[in-house]
Amino acid sequence: MNRLGWRKAVNAIMSAVTALCAVTAVAPLLFVLGILAVKGASSINWSFLTQLPKPTGELGGGMANAIVGSGQLLLLAALFGVPLGVAGGIYLSEFGGWGVPFVVRYAADLLVSVPSIVIGIFAYAVVVVRMGHFSSLAGGFALAVMLLPIVVTNTEQFLRTVPVWLREGSLALGAGHWKTTISVVVPAAMQGILTGILLALARVAGETAPLLFTAFNNDYWARGFQQPVSSLPVRIYEYALSPYDDYHRQAWAAALLLLGLVLIVNVLSRLVLAKKMASRRIA
Amino acid sequence: MIATDAARANVTENLNPERPQEAAAVPETGKTQAAVKIKARNVDFFYGAKQVLQGISADIRERKITALIGPSGCGKTTFLRTINRMYETVKHARAEGELLLDSDSIFDLALPNLRRRVGMVFQKPNPFPKSIFDNVAYGPRVHGLANGARLTELVEQSLRGAALWDEVKDSLQKSALSLSGGQQQRLSIARALAIDPEVLLLDEPCSALDPISTAKIEELLFTIENRCTLIIVTHNMAQAARVADYTGFFLMGKLVEFNDTKTIFTTPARKETEDYITGRFG
Repeated sequence: MNRLGWRKAVNAIMSAVTALCAVTAVAPLLFVLGILAVKGASSINWSFLTQLPKPTGELGGGMANAIVGSGQLLLLAALFGVPLGVAGGIYLSEFGGWGVPFVVRYAADLLVSVPSIVIGIFAYAVVVVRMGHFSSLAGGFALAVMLLPIVVTNTEQFLRTVPVWLREGSLALGAGHWKTTISVVVPAAMQGILTGILLALARVAGETAPLLFTAFNNDYWARGFQQPVSSLPVRIYEYALSPYDDYHRQAWAAALLLLGLVLIVNVLSRLVLAKKMASRRIA
Repeated sequence: MIATDAARANVTENLNPERPQEAAAVPETGKTQAAVKIKARNVDFFYGAKQVLQGISADIRERKITALIGPSGCGKTTFLRTINRMYETVKHARAEGELLLDSDSIFDLALPNLRRRVGMVFQKPNPFPKSIFDNVAYGPRVHGLANGARLTELVEQSLRGAALWDEVKDSLQKSALSLSGGQQQRLSIARALAIDPEVLLLDEPCSALDPISTAKIEELLFTIENRCTLIIVTHNMAQAARVADYTGFFLMGKLVEFNDTKTIFTTPARKETEDYITGRFG
């Protein structure tokens, strides 16, 4: 074989191998989606979405309280985690320098990799023990701790993409550092920051471990934020471990619902971000 | 030598014939001419241990256009950024020497006051991600100069001053990012004019623009000249020849020659200047 032919052959083989690897890498996602769709789709119906769970042994019932409960927990997580995370990101990007920011950044990176069960224990010790009972407040706190480092890191990164000449444009007009940050830099990165928050929420929406002994579970509606609250991941965990077929069916449906919601948020926010990036390139 | 003359002729052709050239206005001789707006004496500039400007001395004349030319990395932009202390955003950057705005030391003025008096337009159009109106109103709001109807009026004046009003008067609330590059640059100028600066620094304001937009900006400079002192850094020698009353030639951190534009482009005193403007290097 001549040299050119050999190079073409190597090229073709390597392209095929990498393509195969790429397909293999995304295969689990498609596989999971497929199984959930097959097993769960038939069980997602009106009563599943609107009814409370039935007592063990009775057929039917739904997960209305778990769906609302998950929403409630995410709302609390956002309330605690987002303002703090965004402010922290602003500090790291705009007022940083060395020393403190280095430590904070490092801590945020570490916090991301802390096992979620550990964060659950932390929230248990800090909130549940003090309050004396499980509550959605404790669950929201645990999720907020998970959310925080993601939002901090993400906010910092998007702020850093704001070009220097935009900051200088504001400084050159005599505006101070803080004014420049709030009026020019943050608005310029706003879409990215918001997208990052949505992605972070989507990421913690499926967390089970931090909720097991903070938000606990509830077969009824949780009134206010002081009571234990049901959530989709914990409900899935509980039903999947149960010996009843009807519970298994509902667990599949809940898993499909959860993954579907997370995927929708994910895809939508990425689309928005991609559009934003494209428009910035043109400008 | 023939080639040199041809090249020089080429550049001098660009000298605007309609502009009065103050042939006798050699800064060093101190003959009757515009007052000195900015006086630099032995200005040195350092990034850490690296010296990038050495002993810059110059008199920038009030309500005139001064061009700073020279090859990349010669220090002309650094000198420009010294005048409004924009260099302070860079760590370990420091300037020394005497640099006066009227009789005030630029190094001693409070930053907001200095930048109120010395505006800047950047190489790349940099509209804020806000409406056209809010872009122009930004400076006046920062300095608390105007609000309400007075602010609306000021925004209109500034946009007119930057020859942009007719193009945007019906879309003041639209995002500034929707404007074309040339319009964005004129918006940057309007934004700078809105706080009525005494001096306007322009850092290669046309380098990202097409020739038609460039022509509009150059025309604009002649009208702005009546209200403020202009200093423009440019890579484009034809542009310096077209617009500037005075020209300074920077080379390797030194101001090699500073004189009225006609002298610089026709009978430069220094060999390096001649070599540069005739295109032998740079």
